[in-house]
Amino acid sequence: MDKIIRKRLSSAGFFCLVGLIVLLSLSPFFWFVDTSFKTEVEVTSVPPVVLPSFSLEFYRSAITRYGLLHFLRNSFIVASATTLLTISLAALAGYALSRLKFPFRVGLLKSLLVVSMFPQISIAGPVWRILYWAGLLNSYPGLIVPYVTLTLPLGVWVLTSFFSELPEELEAQARIDGCGYLQTLYRIILPLSLPGLFTAAILVFIYAWNEFFFALLIMTQRRYQTLPVGIALLQGQYTLPWGEIAAASTVATVPLVVVVFLFQKRIISGLSAGAIKG
Amino acid sequence: MKGPRKGQALVATLMVLPCSLFVLTFAFYPILYSFWLSLHRIILGLPQLGEPFVGLDNYRDLLHDRVALRATVNTFVFVLSSTALELLLGLIVALVIHRSFTGRGTVRAAVLVPWAIPTVVSSQLWRFIFNDKYGLLNFIIYGGEVSRYKAWLADPFYAFVAIVVADVWKTTSFAALILLAGLQSIPQELYDSARVDGANAWQRFRTITLPMLRPALLVALLFRTMDAFRVFDLVFVMTQGGPADATNVLQFYGYKKMFAEGLMGYGSSISVVVFLLSFSVAMLYMRVIKVGFLQKG
Repeated sequence: MDKIIRKRLSSAGFFCLVGLIVLLSLSPFFWFVDTSFKTEVEVTSVPPVVLPSFSLEFYRSAITRYGLLHFLRNSFIVASATTLLTISLAALAGYALSRLKFPFRVGLLKSLLVVSMFPQISIAGPVWRILYWAGLLNSYPGLIVPYVTLTLPLGVWVLTSFFSELPEELEAQARIDGCGYLQTLYRIILPLSLPGLFTAAILVFIYAWNEFFFALLIMTQRRYQTLPVGIALLQGQYTLPWGEIAAASTVATVPLVVVVFLFQKRIISGLSAGAIKG
Repeated sequence: MKGPRKGQALVATLMVLPCSLFVLTFAFYPILYSFWLSLHRIILGLPQLGEPFVGLDNYRDLLHDRVALRATVNTFVFVLSSTALELLLGLIVALVIHRSFTGRGTVRAAVLVPWAIPTVVSSQLWRFIFNDKYGLLNFIIYGGEVSRYKAWLADPFYAFVAIVVADVWKTTSFAALILLAGLQSIPQELYDSARVDGANAWQRFRTITLPMLRPALLVALLFRTMDAFRVFDLVFVMTQGGPADATNVLQFYGYKKMFAEGLMGYGSSISVVVFLLSFSVAMLYMRVIKVGFLQKG
């Protein structure tokens, strides 16, 4: 009897803990989503209004007065182009790193690891000057180039570890059949690695979508700014337009939340790929 | 045998070339270029002054710069406090989402949400919660007594706490994921045989889980430390380094000097110092950590 009660209690405690974790993870952002559907009066009222009147007033004004769709478009262009480029280059490099023997293999993997840890400020000045010199400040390529550089380590890591797990016999056969390395990669490895490519693409896209530091330096003109810059610099004339900030934030975040709920397993495996196998 | 191996090395070099070129041009070269810039006096707004070589002058000034010292101390306090909290809470979360129960997938996804949110958004979000007039925190603590509402972000101590809280909220899930992967790599048989030997839950945690989790803990520690070191978005959005430099951190200070004040040379000396500091911390960790497939080569 005693044992059963203790077991019940401990499982009740466990589910309270689960509930608490979910609540703490979701409620702050939920509060912002909630705010985005309020009216001006509801946002500033004390005690706070929990059930909003589902007004779209803030979305409308974020679009018409603050250029939300503009930011959205810029973010989408930059993040998509970054993802496409990074994944292509990372697949090439990842194949060589996982399958072929060459002198500076470990050196390259280690230096990629180092790059992924650089504080952005340590390269910011020179990157800015290079882009200035090339006339690429306030242009999409100007932001895509640093993003590709900064996401390559992540892409190469995930793909290298994914490719390493594919059985090598598959390619041995392909090579006997006369396929070159590129053909083997293209015909055998890539089709089998679609889940891995997709995982890496999600992670790279989220990085590029969320990045703020370089976007702030490089996109100083409003028409090129991405969502994070737009949201960070959103200013009213006298007060902070919290409703519009919440609306823009919701627009910037909801796609990511959907991706997380759909591909939770992939993201988790991708994030820990290569990190812990030692 | 010599022929094919040589061919393989050539193909491999060609395959890693584009990736290496990007990294060399836009990551490694800028590091050296930063050092070169830091030896010059470069003021963006005054190009007519040219860019004279000034030797180590910038570094000498940096030594006497009180704000830089403050930013350095703040950065270290931020790194220590946020990383410690994230690992501790991350471990709890990892242990919970490691157990099997119905709806675990959904719970894991919920835990991932803060990680996926753009930092700028989470910064605005917490800035709103800490707001002095209609922030949720004030209401939770003081209810309707508006006269007692505090301007948290205008107080040096609480502003710093606020930034740590926002960071911990956003990145605990990352630590939890790394630790979860570590937990999953512990063979179940170990627990089974310990149970046969009559070890209780705490004993199993102490003698099996913790020691086996060491590599994952170190990896999480490394990634979180390096990431906390470059905290920027939170400070930019929530406090702009204030009040009175209470939340000024190195990456924000460097940005301000270089791009807001246009002191490219002096700012570069800050970025060189930031690089050397973080690089030595990373090297320190790398000596104790075995990172995944690096070992295979």
